[in-house]
Amino acid sequence: MSEVPVTHILFVSTALFFIGMYGLFTRRNMITMLMAIELILNSVNINFVAFNKYLFPGKLDGIFFTIFIVTIAAAEAAVAIAIIINLYRSHHSIDVENAGELKF
Amino acid sequence: MSASTIIFYVISAFILTMGIVAVTARKIFRSAIGLLFSLVGIAGLYFWMDVNFIAAVQIIVYVGGIVVLIIFSIFLTQKSGEEMPKPINSRKIFSILAVLAGLAFTCRLISLYGFKENVSGPFKVEVSEIGTQMLSTSDYGYVLPFEAISMLLLAAMIGCIVIAIKSKPETK
Repeated sequence: MSEVPVTHILFVSTALFFIGMYGLFTRRNMITMLMAIELILNSVNINFVAFNKYLFPGKLDGIFFTIFIVTIAAAEAAVAIAIIINLYRSHHSIDVENAGELKF
Repeated sequence: MSASTIIFYVISAFILTMGIVAVTARKIFRSAIGLLFSLVGIAGLYFWMDVNFIAAVQIIVYVGGIVVLIIFSIFLTQKSGEEMPKPINSRKIFSILAVLAGLAFTCRLISLYGFKENVSGPFKVEVSEIGTQMLSTSDYGYVLPFEAISMLLLAAMIGCIVIAIKSKPETK
């Protein structure tokens, strides 16, 4: 188990973070941008669990942070999708370029 | 290389491949499926790291909740068979450059830092331990964040209903 050093897990989570970042930069559709944000949040969760396991095995703080981040991500996704559907109702498009006006 | 090491690299390659599919696929439904498999792979990584409770939470909340919600909203708002427009070439090139620069910088920082791994004891996550510490009011207890999160969830629930509710036409 200890043959994989902690840095390799951090490399994986860094790569996942920047994949999500690329999606956030290039996509113009709100739902796909939300998916990219989910990837970013998950990469942070991997970091917390890896630090907890490899550097502080006697404690549980990383686990708690992971649980709280998962909760907040669920709430955030629900609110974001409510906003997206409301925007679709008024603009008939969920492209960010078409959502330039805030008050309609 | 032991089997555990090989399993780690296979899971990592799976996660990253599916993540790339999720951010580059032209059809939005394919991209959602890529996200789904990437999240399942992350749950597998948690199983590999011996945190079974977090892996179960990951599968239940992300795969069972968020991805299903995203797929529903895709069907409500998009023609899922059509391809999305390609991103502009200059934007693509500059995003790739920025992302690669950030990746190289962060990887260099990580490899130079020199983490001291602590192998003093076995890493065991008991669910009873998590529950006790989550609700304890003594030192290192997490009851205050727990209450804050519960208020946040309530606010998010009410907010979703208020935002997405259909306003009645004012004909009466």
